[in-house]
Amino acid sequence: MSAPSVQTANGEAIIELRGVKKVYGEGESEVRALAGIDFDIARGDFVAIMGTSGSGKSTCMNILGCLDVPTAGSYRLAGVTTTDLHGDGLTLLRRHYIGFVFQGFNLLSRTSALENVELPLVYRRVAARERRTAALRSLELVGLSDRADHTPQELSGGQQQRVAIARALVTDPELLLADEPTGNLDSARTQEIMNLLVDLNRKRGITIVMVTHEPDVAAYANRVVVFRDGLIVEDSRPGRAH
Amino acid sequence: MFLQTVLMALREIRRNTLRSVLTMLGVVIGVGAVIALVSVGRGATQKVTADIGKLGKNLLMVSAGARVKGGASSAAQSLNMADMQAIAREISGVHAVAPGSSSQQQVIYGNKNASTSITGTDNNFFEVRGYAIEKGRQFTEAEAQSGVPVCVIGATVKTELFATTDPLGAQVRVGKISCQIIGTLVSKGTAGMGQDQDDLMLMPLATFQRRITGNNDISLILVSAEEGLDTSIVAESIRALLRQRRHRPVGSDDDFNVRDMAEIADTVTSTTTALTALLGAIAAVSLLVGGIGIMNIMLVSVTERTREIGIRLAIGAFAGEVMMQFLLEAIVLSTLGGIIGVVLGLIGSFFAARALSLPFVIPPEIVGLAFAFSALVGVLFGYLPARKAAQLNPIEALRHE
Ligand SMILES: Nc1ncnc2c1ncn2[C@@H]1O[C@H](COP(=O)(O)OP(=O)(O)OP(=O)(O)O)[C@@H](O)[C@H]1O
Ligand SMILES: [Mg+2]
Repeated sequence: MSAPSVQTANGEAIIELRGVKKVYGEGESEVRALAGIDFDIARGDFVAIMGTSGSGKSTCMNILGCLDVPTAGSYRLAGVTTTDLHGDGLTLLRRHYIGFVFQGFNLLSRTSALENVELPLVYRRVAARERRTAALRSLELVGLSDRADHTPQELSGGQQQRVAIARALVTDPELLLADEPTGNLDSARTQEIMNLLVDLNRKRGITIVMVTHEPDVAAYANRVVVFRDGLIVEDSRPGRAH
Repeated sequence: MFLQTVLMALREIRRNTLRSVLTMLGVVIGVGAVIALVSVGRGATQKVTADIGKLGKNLLMVSAGARVKGGASSAAQSLNMADMQAIAREISGVHAVAPGSSSQQQVIYGNKNASTSITGTDNNFFEVRGYAIEKGRQFTEAEAQSGVPVCVIGATVKTELFATTDPLGAQVRVGKISCQIIGTLVSKGTAGMGQDQDDLMLMPLATFQRRITGNNDISLILVSAEEGLDTSIVAESIRALLRQRRHRPVGSDDDFNVRDMAEIADTVTSTTTALTALLGAIAAVSLLVGGIGIMNIMLVSVTERTREIGIRLAIGAFAGEVMMQFLLEAIVLSTLGGIIGVVLGLIGSFFAARALSLPFVIPPEIVGLAFAFSALVGVLFGYLPARKAAQLNPIEALRHE
């Protein structure tokens, strides 16, 4: 039933999913978004998740990001069984390990790019001055220093996307989860962002899990996992193309 | 971190000016309306009570006719001079008595005319009702006896007929007679319920009876009790005397009416109490409407902001921190709205009081109550939905549209 397990590249796993299921609704309208997933991700790996629309990619990412809990099965993040935790415990885990880029950006409206990027640090009790420096550095990383004072409404889709990436990176997370981070970008920007991600993965050893529809983008990853109907149907390690 | 959350709450309030203003508006209206209404009600009560005092505290009024519901009198054997003299002679504690037959008449001077209340009385009237001569004089003994047409006019009649010219010695027409003005009265202003006490003309009782009504009846006997006496006891003795004089059989109802000011004050007080209760009810409704307004805006704004709550939770806020932020926002908006409401309510009632010439009264407990109620509603309905939202998992909150 489970997809063939691929041996991890650098040994120790940061993510361990066992029999994870996610069911939405009940009875007639029941939707099995995840039908039972077993899947490890090694620390420092760069994984691309692919699959048709509705195959459960975002659902899986949300569970990986401790934003949602599975209906059944267990999820261990960095050795901690998250399925035993609730509310604040999951929040602490998120604060500590995870940077998340949403498929729909999820920026605060009427709030400048800089303030949006600063926000995760506010909740991590970072002092104002440091917060600002870190947020500006993060915006610079995604090439948006000159738009720091613009609100999301004043930014293009691609720029919003990059603010969302900057916000995910500002906390220097060990694990970066990105749901279609290049979905709204042209090919030049896509290449820039992908180079940035590869760089973060190689130089800082950040583990990256990224959802994408484009094989070109998936090709930047070390490992490609394909979802269909809530199951993993393919799990491979093509040689890095770039 | 608390300071951080306060700053965040303030920033959110500033960032969403329209929403903040709308939220506050509910509180402002609720608090403002209640304060204005109650303040005006209290002012009216105070004014009426004070005005009744002006009529004369020791005054009793005796009129013919049985008392019917509502205080009016039905026709019966009338009162006369002998009744009045008996009251003056036989009742202890009576300071002065005066007849007070009156009738509404047209008074004409030159090409001006005024409708006023003509009262046939004697010089005791000035004492009993507390009027003083401004210019001229009271009636002489001879005038009172003979019934010559002379009169004393109140300030309102004077201004209506004479404006600034001197009325003394002038002849005015009252019905079929021509009457000479021998004096004017010092103005007493308005009494309870807006009644103008200067709109009157006095003439000797004999003149009034002979030339105006054509009979010897007295429609009203005014009695002033001695200072410090319980007027209801005096009223009771007058009742007993009159029953005897009019040969009322034991067990029958009175066919006359003795009213003391305490009783009149009671009637008026019960009216103003009803008025205040009515205003209070309206105030309660507006408070409720204000409360529902606050509730509405708060619920809508939190629903609208559930996504924001989801974002904050997703990027690492504790549910408690998000709730604290929303609680602080609600507190700031509600108290700010409450303060503005109190100020506007007081300003409103100040001007209303001026326009209605009522005293300006600040009802402290109502200010407190309205403020507390609105603030409570604001805080509760800002906080509770936010609490509910913050307890969702981040994805559920984010999916909210
Ligand atoms: N809140 C929900 N309630 C009910 N069904 C849901 C909910 N969220 C997702 N689903 C269903 O779960 C399935 C998987 O959804 P998911 O968002 O994970 O797809 P996806 O692979 O990310 O698709 P896409 O590529 O379009 O983003 C879909 O059939 C979707 O309709
Ligand atoms: Mg998706």
